[in-house]
Amino acid sequence: MTRLFVPRDSSALALGADALADAIVEEAARRGVQVELIRNGSRGLLWLEPLVEVETPAGRVGYANVESTDVASLFDAGFIEGKTHARHVGPVDDIPYLKKQQRLTFARIGITDPLSLDDYVAHGGIEGLKQALAMDGTAACDALIESGLRGRGGAAFPAGIKWRTVRAAQADQKYIVCNADEGDSGTFSDRLVMESDPFVLIEGMIIAGIVTGATVGHIYVRSEYPHSIATLEAAIGKARAAGWLGDSVLGSAHRFELFVAKGAGAYVCGEETALLESLEGKRGIVRAKPPLPALSGLFGKPTVINNVITLATVPIIFAKGAGFYKDFGMGRSRGTLPFQLAGNVKHGGLVELAFGVTLRELLYDFGGGTASGRPARAVQVGGPLGTYLPESQWDIPLDYEAYAAVGAVVGHGGLVVHDDTSNLAELAQYAMHFCALESCGKCTPCRIGSTRGVEVIGRIRNGDTSTKQIQLLRDLCDTMVSGSLCAMGGMTPYPVLSALDHFPEDFGLDTAPKAAAA
Amino acid sequence: MDKTTATEATQLVQRHAQPGRSLLAILHAIQDEAGFVPPEAVAPLAQATNLSRAEVHGVITYYHHFRTQPAAPVTVQLCRAEACRSMGTEALAQHIEAHTGCRFDEPHGRAGAVGLESVYCLGQCALSPAMTINGTLHARVTPQKFDALLEAATAATVATNGMEETA
Repeated sequence: MTRLFVPRDSSALALGADALADAIVEEAARRGVQVELIRNGSRGLLWLEPLVEVETPAGRVGYANVESTDVASLFDAGFIEGKTHARHVGPVDDIPYLKKQQRLTFARIGITDPLSLDDYVAHGGIEGLKQALAMDGTAACDALIESGLRGRGGAAFPAGIKWRTVRAAQADQKYIVCNADEGDSGTFSDRLVMESDPFVLIEGMIIAGIVTGATVGHIYVRSEYPHSIATLEAAIGKARAAGWLGDSVLGSAHRFELFVAKGAGAYVCGEETALLESLEGKRGIVRAKPPLPALSGLFGKPTVINNVITLATVPIIFAKGAGFYKDFGMGRSRGTLPFQLAGNVKHGGLVELAFGVTLRELLYDFGGGTASGRPARAVQVGGPLGTYLPESQWDIPLDYEAYAAVGAVVGHGGLVVHDDTSNLAELAQYAMHFCALESCGKCTPCRIGSTRGVEVIGRIRNGDTSTKQIQLLRDLCDTMVSGSLCAMGGMTPYPVLSALDHFPEDFGLDTAPKAAAA
Repeated sequence: MDKTTATEATQLVQRHAQPGRSLLAILHAIQDEAGFVPPEAVAPLAQATNLSRAEVHGVITYYHHFRTQPAAPVTVQLCRAEACRSMGTEALAQHIEAHTGCRFDEPHGRAGAVGLESVYCLGQCALSPAMTINGTLHARVTPQKFDALLEAATAATVATNGMEETA
């Protein structure tokens, strides 16, 4: 019997994968061909979705962008034997986009059935947890520090130090919270983990629990990700039935329970303290720090709060050792980052590589240039609060410190490409508009400054390009950066000022006006 | 269920306000069942959760996800964030407004109107523009694709309503 794979992640579903899977099963039955259809995760080669794969003696052969109407002709062409067809893209593992990657966190995605524990274990899963169970908690924290893993949600705080703080805290209850409120436009790596390899996140959270002494975990997923929520809930049920969760994790003396909580469409809940408020059932308003969540987090208890990618990277670090992971990367940015090529890019998808790659390599060697075929003009790195980088900055290595040196942020590794028809003044005004929509309202510079920002950029776009207006915008941005509690107000000026500095012509200015020397 | 009575609202709250459940989780359960959170539910929710009505109202109105009135029979959520903007979602939005005669983010007053809502990221940023129609996700949406999807969604809604009436 031939094994066929049709992805079940939401990107494939958004392009008709369910109807396609049905069509394949029906056509096979009609022709009397024996097939076993597996709903795998996505390989992350999203521009090829729906990517159907056929298992052959020579490996898994792919057929890209398949529509239900192609099914009969695929059978006619002998795709069951991996034969050629207009949709044929050859062995999937040999596609350069995939072959050139360094997949550590994403080692399994697209290869396995996301809800098969057997598949997960057969592809290296659960090894990290077994190693962690055999280690002393202090040694485990040291190993994580040694690996160099930093928070992948954007803040890049060393994960091991956070864990050590929670481990050392004395309390009757501690929590592990996973931040899966992936609201940044241009990012989808959290979603890919949850939909294509949910067990790796579950394993990472269990490890966090046994190392720090936390017995309860919560995954806070945004409501815009219903497929992620459904996949996680199904996976947690299987993990519980298999004894990975519950009173005795893998038969050990450790207890760990895990729950999924659903967000409700508030961008600012991606900020960790707002997320904790929301998880407690309240309005997602940012808390002042200190106290740090590590000491006083969920319900006032010591809490590890990490992003999906951070927690999903923990298992491979414990399975293969801190040294293995640390050998990837550059400077103080160790390991790999799953870059997400998004927006106006020909080959959009997930590219996991060691830190140090450049935007130009990602954009052209992987992305294949723009989707529109026009020249690329600006790339926004790190989500809606990240800067717009002009071509002159595309050769800077992607590394937390190298980016910080030019006032940019790597963030969550999302790259949104804009071509030469883009208007950066419009995008800057949009950034302020988005901040006005999503501000939690706690800090005045964010709550009111964002609306004033929309207005002042509107005046500039309407032709008032006087020094006074430009200075007003810069002063406003300065107030927001210095006077906001969290990144929402504090970083909205990043895209605005980078647009103004690098693309002054879009604001109707001849050259970049510099702020008056203080 | 356009108008909810106080008794219906109380029963709705009682079905979902289990002890230990957060207010946010209760609100999700109510909206999943009723399609929206009726204003009549605020008082029984406050009672069940030992919060003030102001606090309950505050939570409901803080989050974009919660509705206080039923959604239009056909509701479109179009992503207006950066990645989709780079692929022409603003031009698509104009097409959608012209095609439906409705405006984004305005109450859908008249009969047969399509509910148009702006959302900010559906996680399909490599396959922009993205949208949902009645909760079903679609990527790489073009004006032509939108027109076909809207027609199919409208037909499906009419069929469902017809079945309810005959049942």
